[in-house]
Amino acid sequence: MTAEPRLVEVRKNVLKQNDVNARALRGQFRAAGVFVVSLVSSPGSGKTAFLEKTLTLLHQRASVAALVGDLATENDAVRLARSQAPVKQITTGTICHLEAAMIQNALAAADWHLPTLDFLFIENVGNLVCPSSYDLGENLRLVLLSVTEGEDKPLKYPTIFNSADVAVITKIDLAEAVDFDSVAAHRNIQAVRPGMPVLELSAKTGAGLPAFLEFLESHRTQAHSAASANA
Amino acid sequence: MHELSIAMSIVEMAEEESARRDHAKIHAIHLRLGLLSGVVKEALLSSYEMACASTPLEGSQLIIEEVPVEVFCPACRARVPVPSIQWMACPQCDTPTPEIVQGKELEVIAMEIETPEPNAQHSDTSRSSAPETNQ
Repeated sequence: MTAEPRLVEVRKNVLKQNDVNARALRGQFRAAGVFVVSLVSSPGSGKTAFLEKTLTLLHQRASVAALVGDLATENDAVRLARSQAPVKQITTGTICHLEAAMIQNALAAADWHLPTLDFLFIENVGNLVCPSSYDLGENLRLVLLSVTEGEDKPLKYPTIFNSADVAVITKIDLAEAVDFDSVAAHRNIQAVRPGMPVLELSAKTGAGLPAFLEFLESHRTQAHSAASANA
Repeated sequence: MHELSIAMSIVEMAEEESARRDHAKIHAIHLRLGLLSGVVKEALLSSYEMACASTPLEGSQLIIEEVPVEVFCPACRARVPVPSIQWMACPQCDTPTPEIVQGKELEVIAMEIETPEPNAQHSDTSRSSAPETNQ
């Protein structure tokens, strides 16, 4: 005899395991006092150039390290290592995003002493879709948008803008050449994520980088005082 | 495209649930999918079919309930649906609001499981007096 199927209530978050891992990472980062910043963007928006410049400048006054995710090659790690900061590549194979467990494994393999770090950067795989579902335990997620990509990127990818904390417009040295409409870009970012802080910069000329570093330092200080208030 | 790995997680969850119930057959899985979950319904449906192939879940159905985005409007002090995910503002007063209260869901809420009746070989009257068991 065949029994009728019954509806059984389950209620389970499909990404529960990633959320559990991300929470563990966040606790580990907070205990070590390291401020963690992740970067997401489409391929070619200038994540690596921006990060190389940021690491080089920060390295002079703080202890920094970076994890960099890519489907294949160690090219980005090699580029970032020029900054003198410790860098570890995560090659994901065919996986189009980083997951919290990959960060845990990479940190274990890198053997860095987290409490000696002030900042840890995580460069996600170039992709504006998949990384949005995965929490990595970071303090701050930056979504990058280069002036060459067009002002309507936020409208096309609202989900990633809603998973990030800050928007960074890169390659502003090219803005005039590509007729970038800065007002429209800001308007579109605010439409999909009201109140989102937006920074504009150029890794090539260095414009906007001092303001960005100041922004990072102030967020790190805020996170520190929040952590000690809760301690 | 991360839908395949998500579909595989769903199949894994269903297999665990089935194993807990004496490998009962699962006919369907009900999923709530927020419009801002980062997962595309159509891609998930076709990935689900692939993920089920050659597993006990083969032939089962994934039933997706799409969850619209709602925000908290600080001016109206109310939960309101957004006009679109390209315009995160209150539809009543137009106040932009980033406070999402619903729309990021990616959760299995129920499964249709073939649960054998306890004492199925007995008649209806004897079954009704039998104590309920979970086996």
